[in-house]
Amino acid sequence: MEKGKFYTSVHLDESLCKGCINCIKRCPTQAIRVRNGKAVITKEFCIDCGECIRICPHHAKLAAYDTLDVMKNYKYTVALPAPSLYGQFNNLDDVNIVLTALKKMGFDDVYEVSGAAELVSEISRDYVSRHKEGWPYISTACPSVVRLIRVRFPNLIEHLLPVQAPIDLAAELARKKAVEDTGLNPDEIGIIFISPCPAKVTAVKTPLGITHSEVDAVLAIKDVYPKLLPFMKEAASEPENLAISGKIGISWGGSGGEAGGLLTDSYLAADGIENVIRVLEDLEDQKFAKLEFIELNACSGGCVGGVLTVENPYVAKVKLKRLRKYMPVACNHLASAGEVNGYWTEGVEYVPVFKLGENMKESIAMMNQVDVLCEKFPGLDCGSCGAPTCRALAEDIVRGVANERDCIHILREYIHKISDEISMLDTGRKNS
Amino acid sequence: MSESIHLTYEVSADDFTRAGEASSSVKRMLKQMGVSPEAIRKVAIAMYEGEINMVIHAQGGHIDVEISPEEIIMTLADRGPGIRDIEQAMQAGFSTAPDNVRALGFGAGMGLPNMKKYTDDMKIETELGVGTTVTMKVYI
Repeated sequence: MEKGKFYTSVHLDESLCKGCINCIKRCPTQAIRVRNGKAVITKEFCIDCGECIRICPHHAKLAAYDTLDVMKNYKYTVALPAPSLYGQFNNLDDVNIVLTALKKMGFDDVYEVSGAAELVSEISRDYVSRHKEGWPYISTACPSVVRLIRVRFPNLIEHLLPVQAPIDLAAELARKKAVEDTGLNPDEIGIIFISPCPAKVTAVKTPLGITHSEVDAVLAIKDVYPKLLPFMKEAASEPENLAISGKIGISWGGSGGEAGGLLTDSYLAADGIENVIRVLEDLEDQKFAKLEFIELNACSGGCVGGVLTVENPYVAKVKLKRLRKYMPVACNHLASAGEVNGYWTEGVEYVPVFKLGENMKESIAMMNQVDVLCEKFPGLDCGSCGAPTCRALAEDIVRGVANERDCIHILREYIHKISDEISMLDTGRKNS
Repeated sequence: MSESIHLTYEVSADDFTRAGEASSSVKRMLKQMGVSPEAIRKVAIAMYEGEINMVIHAQGGHIDVEISPEEIIMTLADRGPGIRDIEQAMQAGFSTAPDNVRALGFGAGMGLPNMKKYTDDMKIETELGVGTTVTMKVYI
């Protein structure tokens, strides 16, 4: 497999991991095993959804992202706040307060991701209406969803909306603006995304649909939030006029926002990874086809539900609703945005990571072995072996990465058998 | 070592919540076997349509799936009323589904036509009052 192809942001702090079974049971792609008392993530299977970070009671699951020090690496820095950031604050009436506070915190300029999101909405509207043959289009803004489709739903790849995610377009436009404003070299400018989720970190490092992301660094909302708070009051007294987006852009922060921006009723919006998987399964069976658009977000509530946020996602959604109430519908239009491409330049290909054997014949033989093993196991899916289900353990054994006695029930039988044999030997010795 | 895999599924009558379980399970395995996406698409659609038919029209039944390196054979046997006129049943848009089922969005009369469309070979054996067995093949 190509090196670096399967970078994941989610990883483990071994010193905190107790080897419990919470994460292995919650992982939607069965990417985690407990081996030698510690959780191990198979990178090929991981889609960076962050479910394990959410569930881990010992906080041993972490997301890799940059620290605030990264700002020092550049002569000029531009903060790109995700709209979900605005949902973190109480009684916020004006986005400009947050944006001004970001500048007071140390950024030289700000560029709202929601501004670019409005352009993405316009590009998407145009594309969806001109390409009816591909209906329903599946949104590609959530990197976890795109990655899931790439490894598990090959037949749905052709339905992926080939349009850049708002952050990628925002980064491109922000750098262009910064170069114009400052006259600096593009590489002296730091384009820094303030993200609700680890999947976006991965999308920056290993982009899908484009060859290169213009984002230089990714900070977590939960890290930036406490640093911003001390500046909020001061910013509120004299907010600069920095906001560039309207209702459509801000709404991207919650589930249903992207679909709303398409201005059609013929859509479905699902959030939460298990719900997303159900929709994709049904779509694959062609249970519904008469929709124009399908918006999918791995996190419950949409981006406001990202694991790097602070506020309860549903409360954050209410806050966004309040904030956008008196905003214009949209403030960004392609006609006045200058030269914008916005489309994917690269195709996304199926990567069959879950494949068992090298060829069909080998896979069939392995699958039959899996069935034989499953018959032996108790079927309790207890997780004590370190695999999430008995079937997953059987598959691991067939793949050569686990063994039968990892099952504590099989092990117990084995120990009983040995102890019986020893006592028989012992009895035999005494009687002789 | 065996050259094929056999799977069996029970389909219960009138249980829409479970319709699709068999096709999901088969899909998962086909992906693990590295079967082409095109063949998976055909099997998924044909099997789901077949499962729904068994739920709506027949009193459930069972599904046998045989997967070999050359083909996937799905045999759907139900204990339903049988099909009076196969030719008519095969026409797109023809349905005998009751109104309550249509209200759920099913019964568009595309079940059998889609099963035929998405498989490489389909055979229907039916006996009134006894049941229907549909055998579908998808070549790999």
